[in-house]
Amino acid sequence: MALTHDDVSRIAKLARLELSGDEQAALLPQLNGFFSIVEQMSAVDTSGVDPLYTPLSAVQEVALRLREDRVTETDQRALNQRSAPAVEDGLFLVPKVIE
Amino acid sequence: MTAPLHQLGVAELGRALRAKTVSSTELTQHLLARVAAAKDLGAFLHVDEDYALARAKDADARLARGEAGALIGVPLAHKDIFVTRDMPTTAGSRMLEGYLSPFDATVVDRLNAAGTVSLGKLNCDEFAMGSATENSAYFKALNPWDRTRVPGGSSGGSAVAVAAGLVPATTGTDTGGSIRQPASFSGITGIKPTYGVCSRYGMIAFASSLDQAGVMARSAEDCALLLSAMSGFDERDATSVQQPPQDFHARMLAAREGATAAQPLKGLRIGLPKEFFPAALSTDVNGAVRAGLAELEKLGATLVDVSLPRTELAIPVYYIIAPAEASSNLSRFDGVKFGHRAKDYSNLIDMYEKTRAEGFGAEVKRRIMIGSYVLSHGYYDAYYLQAQKLRRMIADDFQQAFQQCDLIAGPVAPTVAWKQGEGADDPVKVYLADIFTLPGSLAGLPGMSVPVGLGEGGMPVGLQLLGNYFQEGTLLHAAHALQQATDWHRLTPAGV
Repeated sequence: MALTHDDVSRIAKLARLELSGDEQAALLPQLNGFFSIVEQMSAVDTSGVDPLYTPLSAVQEVALRLREDRVTETDQRALNQRSAPAVEDGLFLVPKVIE
Repeated sequence: MTAPLHQLGVAELGRALRAKTVSSTELTQHLLARVAAAKDLGAFLHVDEDYALARAKDADARLARGEAGALIGVPLAHKDIFVTRDMPTTAGSRMLEGYLSPFDATVVDRLNAAGTVSLGKLNCDEFAMGSATENSAYFKALNPWDRTRVPGGSSGGSAVAVAAGLVPATTGTDTGGSIRQPASFSGITGIKPTYGVCSRYGMIAFASSLDQAGVMARSAEDCALLLSAMSGFDERDATSVQQPPQDFHARMLAAREGATAAQPLKGLRIGLPKEFFPAALSTDVNGAVRAGLAELEKLGATLVDVSLPRTELAIPVYYIIAPAEASSNLSRFDGVKFGHRAKDYSNLIDMYEKTRAEGFGAEVKRRIMIGSYVLSHGYYDAYYLQAQKLRRMIADDFQQAFQQCDLIAGPVAPTVAWKQGEGADDPVKVYLADIFTLPGSLAGLPGMSVPVGLGEGGMPVGLQLLGNYFQEGTLLHAAHALQQATDWHRLTPAGV
């Protein structure tokens, strides 16, 4: 099953990427080339196999670790915001979203 | 001292520093001059001479007080994937041009505490996505063995800096081979430990279930010294393995049961997966790898045939899972909290789309597109879930193989380093060249690349060694034994 130009536009929208016409045109054959090597995956019978989301669970129980519920971080707002594109009064600025 | 300072490794420099035959300041000045003279190699994205000299002065003060840490005063440099408080961090991307992290990555923090002196930040493929360092948004890194060739990637700057004698060791990260492959292409030694051994805190995320930090240096011994200092449990990384710090250097030196002076590897079984030696493997790589294996046999190891039947499937499995995780991780680059923001936009969504269009390069966009697609409604089960199931089958294949052997060996890559620009038109062709490193990455196993001579065009070839989970000690022991008996790791590019 090959991707179409519409698919590429739709995925770009999902990924929040503005792609030029040239970029989309270049991507289409590249993505289709890639998915042609992916097809061999679907031929393998994986029924009854558990997905391996984190590697060590191949050989041991991996439990989600929770830390103790206490304050560990100090206020670093100024430091955290020093690389932000737009801040005012300690707040991140974004374009107006509510009219 | 007879050899020039820049030819010495971490262990030798540590001894010289503690014996006060050289100061960290002298050593740092010598290497900074080399870094400046080798600017055209493209190894560094950022160099901070003042910072390095101040750190060297601190180290000299510690040494003067009689402190004996193995790494005090030893210069190194970090892959620009590790965030640093004192220097900008870009991940090789325009998206993070000028970014200043509020904190240090745990790996950086620990190596700082151990007394190392960082000269700067090293070039890499954008967000560690690539196999040639040609995807850096800033400039390419050149292979010092032949400047018309790539140094490998994504930790290409890390490999070049070590191979060209700019620093004795560097940090790198390995998601699908990004330490092992550039180490192989550049003729140095690299180790990627078991997933979870080094903290991922402050390592800019590419594919979180695969990303792992490691070391690139000129010997297994130097790798062991750095790995001991930078690894260990970190509560800030949810997947950090909960075990006490390990002395990898001691484990590297520990004699095997039944070993003799002539046969230090007696009893070690090395598995050769037949899938790692396909007919298409280039003859020069095959020859060098076989020569390395013959040396290991002389040292007492036994070679056994094993099989990893799903080796070829590792390529699509990896290139589904890694982009899926990347598309999710890179959604944080939205032009709001840090990094680039587009200048002209009409609304919030438009700002996101233009910011990301301007900030990301072609390979990163490609992987975000693949990842967004395989995670999207209607395709998740067929691609992402199927890939994760196959990933378990690949990991199980390794466990089968490790019933017959202690280590697995083969080539790191099917060829020596290729020419600059050769992979530019066909991204899938470059993905296929990752075939031998991807299976171990998917399983989360520790792996090394160890130099075993030169192939076509006088370019270095690396032997890949893979261990079972937490068998870094066995890997380092075997690599060290090989390097005690041979001189391949001492080969350097002309003029270094």
